[in-house]
Amino acid sequence: MLSLYLPGTSPVHRASAGLKLAALAALGIGLFLVSRVEVVAGALVVVLAVGVVGARLPGPALWAQVRPVWIWLAALFVVHLLVTGPLTGAVAVLRLLTLVLAAAVVTATTRVTALVAVVEWLARPLRLVGVRPARVGLVIAMTLRFIPLLAERAARIREAQAARGAERVRLSVLVPLVIAVLQMAHTLSEALDARGADDTPVRPVRPTAGPVGPA
Amino acid sequence: MKTRDLAYVALFAAIVAVLGLLPPVPVPGIPVPITAQTLGVMLAGSVLGARRGGLALLVFLAVVAVGAPVLSGGRGGLGVFVGPTAGYLYSWPVAAFVIGWLTQLTWRRFNLAWALVANLVGGVVVIYAIGVPFTSLYADVPLWTSFTGSLAFVPGDVVKAVAASVVAVAVRRAYPVIELPGRRATAG
Repeated sequence: MLSLYLPGTSPVHRASAGLKLAALAALGIGLFLVSRVEVVAGALVVVLAVGVVGARLPGPALWAQVRPVWIWLAALFVVHLLVTGPLTGAVAVLRLLTLVLAAAVVTATTRVTALVAVVEWLARPLRLVGVRPARVGLVIAMTLRFIPLLAERAARIREAQAARGAERVRLSVLVPLVIAVLQMAHTLSEALDARGADDTPVRPVRPTAGPVGPA
Repeated sequence: MKTRDLAYVALFAAIVAVLGLLPPVPVPGIPVPITAQTLGVMLAGSVLGARRGGLALLVFLAVVAVGAPVLSGGRGGLGVFVGPTAGYLYSWPVAAFVIGWLTQLTWRRFNLAWALVANLVGGVVVIYAIGVPFTSLYADVPLWTSFTGSLAFVPGDVVKAVAASVVAVAVRRAYPVIELPGRRATAG
């Protein structure tokens, strides 16, 4: 499954997606307002507690999210040692580590569909400029659906070219892939239009379209 | 926006994701290996044009945000939007838009040279112009340190700009998607 979601029944899992995202945003802003190392370190402990104890997430799953930024954090600390000092460096590193972990906790405890619903909800003000939130959700769902399909198509094109002896060139995969995708998009849009997804009149908005759960 | 445009946007977002799944090429001495993902940014702009290209990258970022591990190296989720190099991610929709805009400007006489100009300006200059100051501000390091730290990626990005340009010219000949207002985009 193409998702970093880890199913569970903990209170963190059951909390509404909107609430978790709001908390994450608040944490992001809050962490940049404080520069005391003990406050930032405290926040890190709280986030770890929420993730490991509250949501019962396995350590390796969290670590997998931190690992890619690990080298950056180490390099950042070294730069700070040379330029500003160890304390500022510790604050900068702990701050980023806390945010990355908190975001990983939200991602691992929230279903993709719930997050897409939040994206749709966040897109509601865009109605003023003519964007329909439901279509935003539709496009995201289409992309998620087509990623495995295109990966397979790319592999097939590469195999076909390898069978004809053109094994080394990666670039040659791209032209047929892009054209295949453009044709796919054409067919897809015809299918969607046939099912009534075309651009014509906007239907009245449903009364309670709030997908973010109980306020 | 027509349904077809939505489909283009969705499928190009998927292309960017698939390019991120290709194994990265490690370069000695650089913490992050060179990946094909920004090639997708360039392709989206130079095949779809400014509006649809920029939107495709916005959708791609939304897909990353909802937890699909489609950034190179299998990364994804909200964590990548708060990391020290998140500025590069935020630059992608802008980059695709600029590439698309430059492509549309030169569409009638579009060739490899114009494609290169568009992809180098949008796909290299714009991305660094956003990513470098972001890292500097966000991680509290001097601008110059952030700049020299990212220089090692430039050669790889130039190679990708050339690749994207070759593909863009070939696709324009076979299946042109950009239509200029008023006249039909006829190619070849």
